[in-house]
Amino acid sequence: MNEATITSTPPLLVCKQVSKRYGTFTALAPTDLIIPKGRIVGLLGPNGSGKTTLIKLINGLITKSSGEIQVDGHLVGVESKQLISYLPDRTYLNMSNTVSSVLDMFQDFYKDFDRERAISMLDSLGISPKTRLKTMSKGTKEKVQLILVMSRNAKLYILDEPIAGVDPAARDYILRTIIQNYNPEASIIIATHLIADIEQVLDDVIFLQNGNVMLYNSVENIRMQYEKSVDEYFREVFRC
Amino acid sequence: MAWKFDSNRPIYLQLLEQIQFKILSNEYLPGEKLPSVRELATMAGVNPNTMQRALSQLEQQGIIFTNRTEGKYITTDTLRLLQMKEAFAKEMASSFCHKMKQLNYSSSELMTLISDVLKEEKL
Repeated sequence: MNEATITSTPPLLVCKQVSKRYGTFTALAPTDLIIPKGRIVGLLGPNGSGKTTLIKLINGLITKSSGEIQVDGHLVGVESKQLISYLPDRTYLNMSNTVSSVLDMFQDFYKDFDRERAISMLDSLGISPKTRLKTMSKGTKEKVQLILVMSRNAKLYILDEPIAGVDPAARDYILRTIIQNYNPEASIIIATHLIADIEQVLDDVIFLQNGNVMLYNSVENIRMQYEKSVDEYFREVFRC
Repeated sequence: MAWKFDSNRPIYLQLLEQIQFKILSNEYLPGEKLPSVRELATMAGVNPNTMQRALSQLEQQGIIFTNRTEGKYITTDTLRLLQMKEAFAKEMASSFCHKMKQLNYSSSELMTLISDVLKEEKL
């Protein structure tokens, strides 16, 4: 691991010996992680590897079995939740709502929501605030939800499978939106199994397997060391 | 995404080469202002830190420079650019010639082939 590049800026997310057990089943083994500011990090791993468990722990949606999580110096709680902008893998929006009522809801919930930014991004997609979510294609729904999440001035953005099941044009739009909203003071965690599509957008990758961190390294180090893409390397490591 | 990358090499090196080529082929002209790191990263579809790393290297090579307040510019040192272009062309020619030798082309066959291609494709 290239410690110099990964730890040279102040940490934004610190996990110390964080674990999650359900009875005798270990969803996440005791895990140490440090994510500095200004990084775009891929959280990769097969189904059931612990990606969503880790994300839910960071978001405070489930209770940890052990360890400690800090987001920008705050233990998981009311304050840490205000610093995190989370795009879940399943929508929580009411599909009969219009875009403008969803904008109202975000404005009510989040002090850091930049309505102007959201409207300008929606505008450039030709989406009118009067449109109802249920009339949109799957790709457009994903874009709208990403716009909402990226329009918050958060410290940590957590995107769970933001490009799953969308067409290549929508995927490119989503990746461009992530790059355009990059802020050196904030970090982005993207959980996905579609590595090939996303690896050139990432600084670092975390490989999870059976609830363990198998690897945490930069994309460029992996490409240099193994002379293959992260996607190819991943397929080799997780070959069944 | 507009830019293509090989899978077996670091991305910043490939960005470096692609921007170098854009400069040497006059897509970006000497003295011209470069788009911002964020804009370049978005155009290429890459991580902004990776783009920054490529630009820092180009700066070390002296083909771009930073004006503290206004951003990054292509050098106006045309001699430096010419030297780089010659070195780049020589490397391409050398790699091509080595491959053709592996195919057992003689030097004179190689010269004939090149002039034929130039004529046929009206280059």
